[in-house]
Amino acid sequence: MSALKIKKGATSHSAYDLRSTFGDEIERHTLAVLVENEPGVLARVIGLFSGRGYNIESLTVAEVDHEGHRSRITIVTSGTPQVITQIKAQLGRIVSVNAVHDLTVEGPSVERELGLLKVAGKGDARVEALRLADIFRASVVDSTLESFVFEITGTPEKIDAFADLMRPLGLIEIARTGVAALARGAN
Amino acid sequence: MSKAMTGAKMVVQALVDQGVEVVFGYPGGAVLPIYDEIFQQNHIQHILVRHEQAAVHAAEGYARSTGKLGVALVTSGPGATNAVTGLTDALMDSIPILVLTGQVPTFMIGSDAFQEADTVGITRPCTKHNWLVKETDDLARVLHEACHVATSGRPGPVLIDIPKDVQFATGKYTEKKARKSYYQPQVKGDITSITELAAAMEKAKRPIFYTGGGVINSGTAASQLLRELVATTNFPITSTLMGLGAYPASGDNWLGMLGMHGLYEANMAMHGCDLMINIGARFDDRITGVLDKFSPNSKKAHIDIDVSSINKVVHVDIPIVGDVAHVLEDLLKVWKSRGRKTNAEGLSKWWSQINEWRSVDCLKFKQEGKIIKPQYALQRLQELTKNHDRYITTEVGQHQMWAAQYLTFEDPNRWMTSGGLGTMGYGFPASIGVQMAHPDALVINVAGEASWLMNMQEMGTAIQYRLPVKQFILNNERLGMVRQWQQLLHGERYSHSWSEALPDFVKLAEAFGGKGIRCSDPKDLDDAIMEMLAYDGPVIFDCLVEKHENCFPMIPSGKPHNEMLLGDASTEGAIQAGGAVMV
Repeated sequence: MSALKIKKGATSHSAYDLRSTFGDEIERHTLAVLVENEPGVLARVIGLFSGRGYNIESLTVAEVDHEGHRSRITIVTSGTPQVITQIKAQLGRIVSVNAVHDLTVEGPSVERELGLLKVAGKGDARVEALRLADIFRASVVDSTLESFVFEITGTPEKIDAFADLMRPLGLIEIARTGVAALARGAN
Repeated sequence: MSKAMTGAKMVVQALVDQGVEVVFGYPGGAVLPIYDEIFQQNHIQHILVRHEQAAVHAAEGYARSTGKLGVALVTSGPGATNAVTGLTDALMDSIPILVLTGQVPTFMIGSDAFQEADTVGITRPCTKHNWLVKETDDLARVLHEACHVATSGRPGPVLIDIPKDVQFATGKYTEKKARKSYYQPQVKGDITSITELAAAMEKAKRPIFYTGGGVINSGTAASQLLRELVATTNFPITSTLMGLGAYPASGDNWLGMLGMHGLYEANMAMHGCDLMINIGARFDDRITGVLDKFSPNSKKAHIDIDVSSINKVVHVDIPIVGDVAHVLEDLLKVWKSRGRKTNAEGLSKWWSQINEWRSVDCLKFKQEGKIIKPQYALQRLQELTKNHDRYITTEVGQHQMWAAQYLTFEDPNRWMTSGGLGTMGYGFPASIGVQMAHPDALVINVAGEASWLMNMQEMGTAIQYRLPVKQFILNNERLGMVRQWQQLLHGERYSHSWSEALPDFVKLAEAFGGKGIRCSDPKDLDDAIMEMLAYDGPVIFDCLVEKHENCFPMIPSGKPHNEMLLGDASTEGAIQAGGAVMV
């Protein structure tokens, strides 16, 4: 059998993409993952995202039931509808995961994030920073004659907006918790 | 009720309570207390392998041929890292195994101690679940939980890492049923979806059952129900590499294996069907070929116990999450209660179309001249062993595909092959695991010489435990599948796909204390195979075959099912550059 007519160098591509083409709009979803708080559980969740090439935009985790040793991991992720469905299914089959809730589709929910912003400056800039902080209902949790640390709570967009305003006024450092979220209503 | 005992004793006690009879392992510093307990009891037989990878593959072979849990025991550090390939293999093929690893004492963890490795960290992505046990009081619970997790839902490998001080310390042993596990996968399928499937089956003109390893994993009842379903509907059935034997190869409705090296009629039927009923398979890329041309005009149903398999790569219309046996039982009930209707006219046309495809006889080959064709070797092996109580394992490559094509399987659990991971070196240790489970059966590992050499040290194990495993090596002195791809896709540049220094396999067998047989002439083949079968002990059968034979039929990379290559003549220009990126 003779050689097939393959151009030289035609084989140097990376592995192929198995993703099918249906529903290719990228969506942003907030997932609440309830887990047994046993060693390595966070590594399992994060390892799933890195191992299968999913995105993590934000992640928060804390034990919420100290007696039952349950933790709640809140993940903001993005992907096509098919990828989001896969993420939920893959999370659900981790043995230490008790439940996965997609807060984005399961009805209205509230999302909050906390940010700490350090703003250094003097004179007018310092006064302006304080004035804007008041508008955003950020509180001052540390103060020197040349700096403030503001604490602000709200949606990620609100914190983004506040940070954007602080930048020209001397923002030098920012720490954010990532999103915590709950479904609205009694259930 | 709880008893006080050491952690090491708990390991043995829990295995006994779980009904484990055989453990494959290799001792080392961090598991010495467990080995000391094994020495002092007679309930569990320990098989000393020659490499930890082989311990895990042997446990896989044991598990696959029995449907029971396979167990391996290895030491810390290198023992654990050597187990990683086997764990990944078991994860990909959903095989229930428990791997116990020793670990350095808890007070030394994190200090880069001798033979320390972050075993749970390394094995987290290649196990279904794993545990590091830091308290002896937790050990019994974890052992029982691990066995439960490995064998429930979609089966898979689990690992328990046990520090040496936990093995030495005394704690409370809790019984198997002390605590209900929180891990309880759904086994019953949604009855509305099952009814929807039954209704689709009644209307289908061109239906096909596409079955996979999930049927085998679900247990022998699932295979029985599948056979009943095929008989009552008269639908054609094909299977993946993993599912061979669930439906008998001698059955009237059997189309043979599908996929990249599957049969023409099976792939054509998959492409042309109007209702595809996937039972326990996962639309693997070896099955689907190029996705956007995969069975374009069919309605697809998918029965799978793992919800993440549904819509992972192929969009399905009727998803049913549940265990195959449970779902088939309900499906049969619904089907019968609705009056066992089928579209008789459509089905009859479909069968005549399928019979046309069958008449192509895609596996035909010509044995002529003085060189054995690998297909011929397997055809003769099939002929001469078909009436035996026979189990087949394979390595990975061309021989594996030929074995799937030319050997036939009438029952589940008779065929052990590394499907998902494609692990060269799997077959020999797996054959040891199978022979341990079935001491009186004929166990044959169909191998290529390159794969076989990857775990050849296991000859020592076979000899030590008098396991009469037959190593049927199709020796083409090549990495045949690599060579085939280089021929088809890389301009016949055979980069490192052959060995210039192969051992004399007959002498090798003798050096270990086994029997070696070489055969190079087709006319001697039957006698040589009979000699192999007659020998009561491990045999290396060095079958010198045609060096440049290619494995056909073949769906070239980047092509749909209906554009198969049937043989050398039709392969000219068949694979385009775009297809070459796929593996």
